[in-house]
Amino acid sequence: MVKRTVVGAHYGILGWLVQRISAAVMALFILLFLMVLLDHHPLSYDIWKTLFSQIWLRIGVQLFLIGLFLHAWVGMRDILMDYVHSTGTRLLLQVLVLVSLSAYAIWSIRIVWGN
Amino acid sequence: MRFSIYRFDPDADASPHMKDYELALEAGDMMLLDALILIKAQDDSLSLRKSCREGVCGSDAMNINGKNGLACITPLSSLKEPIELRPLPGLPVIRDLVVDMEPFFKQYRSIKPYLINNDPPPETERLQSPQERAELDGLYECILCACCTTSCPSFWWNPEKFVGPAGLLQAWRFIADTRDQATSERLDDLEDPYRLFRCHGIMNCVDACPKGLNPTEAIGKIKGMMVRRTV
Repeated sequence: MVKRTVVGAHYGILGWLVQRISAAVMALFILLFLMVLLDHHPLSYDIWKTLFSQIWLRIGVQLFLIGLFLHAWVGMRDILMDYVHSTGTRLLLQVLVLVSLSAYAIWSIRIVWGN
Repeated sequence: MRFSIYRFDPDADASPHMKDYELALEAGDMMLLDALILIKAQDDSLSLRKSCREGVCGSDAMNINGKNGLACITPLSSLKEPIELRPLPGLPVIRDLVVDMEPFFKQYRSIKPYLINNDPPPETERLQSPQERAELDGLYECILCACCTTSCPSFWWNPEKFVGPAGLLQAWRFIADTRDQATSERLDDLEDPYRLFRCHGIMNCVDACPKGLNPTEAIGKIKGMMVRRTV
């Protein structure tokens, strides 16, 4: 097998954009969520429950979590590309990260939209 | 003044070691390279590269008290003793402070560091407006000393795949040049998770550059242009 170093996958800008945009979405949501929490201070279980019965907050939390998972994917892939130099191990770890993040994403839907 | 210098002779040493030197002198307005030349007079087995001794040729780049720089334009008075000198990190050491620059130049060559223009050459020269020429300021001044690229962890981890800050600054220098016609080929070549996107913007390169250039900004402009052609 030819062991030459190969580059030229011709992708990358999308991941880079996703990383930036997801960071902005998360930052914006954290800010808004903090404002909501401050507005409802002091918090009680009932207030928390009423807050989370509103669709806009659920959408906000879900967007935040989608942003988090996408951001984590780009970040973890970067870390693995930087430090794991065996292609087989890197692929295996990337698949593990992808599978776990997908599981978290599905789980998060249940958490946010369940009763 | 006290110095601690990295020594390695592949023919004689099993592993590198630090060797102490002492010079009886006041820093005054001397540069580090002046001191190194005095040390070499004491111990001629010490190897280092030097040429222009005024920050133009980029030969005497080394790691000075933990930071990459050019010995010839680093004032002795700016350095804390003992002054620790090591070869540029991330490149194979040939001997003492001399490193093998080939991995660095290989990446530099890979970005095609020359104008690509298929139009027939004009009678005189290919003209640029003063504004177009100004786009190249902060780019053409690079002397390829490798201080930036060898201070970049992404280059340490992937020297065969990541172009590195010096190469990417030059890549942008030719993309930004209005006389160059290969913009989209250059962007195609760089749009790669390793060649360009190993840069995480930590700006070690900006901190290290002895000429005050900003590779991170150039890399940002390359990414900006890729965004423009994508979205």
